[in-house]
Amino acid sequence: MFDSLSERLQGVFGELRGHGKLSEADVDKAMREIRLALLEADVNFKVVRQFVNHVKERALGAEVMESLTPAQQVVKIVNEELIALMGSGDSRLAFSGRPPTVILVAGLQGSGKTTTCAKLARFLQKDGKRPVLIAADVYRPAAIDQLVTLAERVGAPVYAPGAHVDPVDIATDGVAFAREKGDVAIIDTAGRLHVDDELMEELVRIRKAVKPHNILLVIDAMTGQDAVNAAEQFKQRVDIDGVVLTKLDGDARGGAALSVRAVTGKPIKFSSTGEKLDDFDAFHPDRMASRILGMGDVLTLIEKAQTDISDKEAARLEERLRRADFTFEDFLDQLKQVRKMGSLSSIVGLLPGVPGMKELKNAQIDERQMDRIEAIVFSMTPEERRHPDVIDGSRRQRIARGSGTQVADVNRLLKQFREMKKMLKQMAGPKGGLLGKLPGFGGP
Amino acid sequence: MDWHEAFKGLSSDLPAAAAEHEDEERRGLFGRLRENLGKAGGALREHFRTILFDGITDDLWEQIEEALIFADVGVEATVRIVEQLEREASEQHLTSRDELLGCLAGIVARLLQPDDPDERLIDVSGEPAVILVVGVNGTGKTTTIGKLAFRLAELGKTPLMVAADTFRAAAVEQLSEWASRVGCEIVRQAPGSDPAAVVYDGIAAARSRGAGVVIVDTAGRLHTQVNLMNELAKVRRVIGKQIPGAPHETLLVIDATTGQNGLRQAQVFAEAVAVTGVVLTKLDGSAKGGIVIAIREELGIPIKLIGVGERLEDLRPFDPDEFARALFLDETPAGS
Ligand SMILES: Nc1nc2c(ncn2[C@@H]2O[C@H](COP(=O)(O)OP(=O)(O)OP(=O)(O)O)[C@@H](O)[C@H]2O)c(=O)[nH]1
Ligand SMILES: Nc1nc2c(ncn2[C@@H]2O[C@H](COP(=O)(O)OP(=O)(O)OP(=O)(O)O)[C@@H](O)[C@H]2O)c(=O)[nH]1
Ligand SMILES: [Mg+2]
Ligand SMILES: [Mg+2]
Repeated sequence: MFDSLSERLQGVFGELRGHGKLSEADVDKAMREIRLALLEADVNFKVVRQFVNHVKERALGAEVMESLTPAQQVVKIVNEELIALMGSGDSRLAFSGRPPTVILVAGLQGSGKTTTCAKLARFLQKDGKRPVLIAADVYRPAAIDQLVTLAERVGAPVYAPGAHVDPVDIATDGVAFAREKGDVAIIDTAGRLHVDDELMEELVRIRKAVKPHNILLVIDAMTGQDAVNAAEQFKQRVDIDGVVLTKLDGDARGGAALSVRAVTGKPIKFSSTGEKLDDFDAFHPDRMASRILGMGDVLTLIEKAQTDISDKEAARLEERLRRADFTFEDFLDQLKQVRKMGSLSSIVGLLPGVPGMKELKNAQIDERQMDRIEAIVFSMTPEERRHPDVIDGSRRQRIARGSGTQVADVNRLLKQFREMKKMLKQMAGPKGGLLGKLPGFGGP
Repeated sequence: MDWHEAFKGLSSDLPAAAAEHEDEERRGLFGRLRENLGKAGGALREHFRTILFDGITDDLWEQIEEALIFADVGVEATVRIVEQLEREASEQHLTSRDELLGCLAGIVARLLQPDDPDERLIDVSGEPAVILVVGVNGTGKTTTIGKLAFRLAELGKTPLMVAADTFRAAAVEQLSEWASRVGCEIVRQAPGSDPAAVVYDGIAAARSRGAGVVIVDTAGRLHTQVNLMNELAKVRRVIGKQIPGAPHETLLVIDATTGQNGLRQAQVFAEAVAVTGVVLTKLDGSAKGGIVIAIREELGIPIKLIGVGERLEDLRPFDPDEFARALFLDETPAGS
């Protein structure tokens, strides 16, 4: 696993801040790192090349802002370009003046089409629409049962004449059914490979028969380089209108989003973030950009960052966490970092999809409390800071007295410390865990 | 490789029908797999042809890197493979395109080769043998179980399916459909039941009915979902309590379209449930599944099976040479 992009760029540019314009040599080196980072994030290599050339033009001669390092300046530009590219195009659905509005949902096997149909129905219901589901996957075992079950959960009518009926007829009759029962027809189709000529042809026939107002291509966020092939083929054969990106609740970097957007020119309209029917939302290009770059809300962090912990120090800390000997000394260092950057919880809040958020809330730290905590830690002997386990009852009393706090405060801190240590250890995980993303823990 | 060579613990007298079927398939196999992989490898090969036509040029190496990246091999593994290729090419004084590609395929095949030939086998010698099938959502677990049960039944085993995906809508019905296609038994409970309880029942049923291989379907789950990963670990423990040493196989199903996240999936699943092998599905598309190279190299998990379609017959034992050669070369691998 490679380090985060900003770490790598840091290596290229060093720590210097605001040193005039970005030079060509600087930019070339930075672009190499960006190329690698995007490849690691599964952006298709051809798309990477295009994108990097484009960004390079913009970065050349760009003024480095006073408060930023050149590395941060480049990240800022990359981030802005990613957002611009992924965010362009209309992400809304097209609605027909003469209902029903027809939505055809297509994609590779297992990408999440059936689930998306149900989620979309719920999403539209919230908007006052009356969606109807149509079961046109007659191939996959129990695909119809699956849609019928989900339709029940959503409380939407479903048209499901069975697996012996031709999918084109199901779609056609289903739209007629929807005209009576609702105002939007959502057609679930079988998963198909873009290289499967016969099934692609079936999709073309469905399209001709029902003339959908929206054809949505469902793409799994974990998809690698092949996403461009699939997307290109689906676009060529049935002219998709937009993309739904699924399984974003995982930790895939999701470079497929950029690839698909770049090769089809079609907007990403929705993102799906779980198996529950409400785990569905409009697509947010800014979140996606920072995700692809392997960082939290990078710009906000860049703005917030006033100091950077040195790489060596961060690496040392991460190493200790992994070995689970996070001490009060490290804790104190972190407190200092956190104080410079704003509260811990607000920084963690910037990171998308951070597990363990609840625990962190408990460890939420405000200014006054921070003063108290610092005082308590300062009252500990070096031995106690390194091995908090030795802190027994009488030591607690001494520490409380020395710091002008109550024994209960000392107890609480020890408990929080243990919790934090446990959680940090989890987060440190094996290589390349979440930790790298946290400021002061080796991230930006 | 033939199907009966893919398992450990089959009785020595193979049903005659199975042997015949295998023979037929071997002839048909390269046809079909090559046709499938042909589609998959097409763009890549074209890429190679154009870059290699003029012999070994300066930016050739970078372009080979790109081709590997395109196959989802990943940056790190690609760099290592290309370095190795450079070494071998200069040691062996390779000059032609074919030599170089042969060398590249050899390197990839070697990376995928298990250290011990037995490692690639699927152990069904237990009585009953238990195979736990796991993976992230939608990769092809349930379908793979249908195909695997079909093979085992053909080879004279009595498979029994356990529907421990009690979560996803109609998952049980889906597995039931496969069970009836194969003609094997299935143990199921109401949707929403505790998967561990279903598995407990399943193993008890397998014992009382004398089934030879219990295959457990589990709900798709992202490796980042800690609770669900714990649930899976619990299922595994329940199996181990009933039959010491079980599950004898824990197969992780990876979708060939998966990018770099596949490595992370394998890592976390391996930690949670001690994965013994990977099934690489959907190789009939244009995706190349190169992430298995990193999985094999970095985690040491052998690749055991490949999925090449949605029919009962569309599962194959994994063959490193075939995989590597079909990815990089034009000609059908000789023999095998
Ligand atoms: N974690 C997660 N799982 C998802 C998401 N969307 C779908 N799934 C799961 O992915 C699996 C496949 O989803 P389906 O909706 O059946 O996929 P499909 O594209 O209809 O599959 P086929 O019809 O077989 O091609 C199921 O286990 C779903 O619960 C998501 O956003 N996050
Ligand atoms: N083309 C192709 N499709 C496959 C292959 N294996 C599975 N599929 C399809 O992929 C889709 C998902 O397969 P499932 O077996 O339902 O996947 P799963 O992992 O059990 O899914 P969940 O239980 O929802 O997580 C189905 O449409 C299968 O037909 C394969 O090797 N090739
Ligand atoms: Mg479906
Ligand atoms: Mg399943």
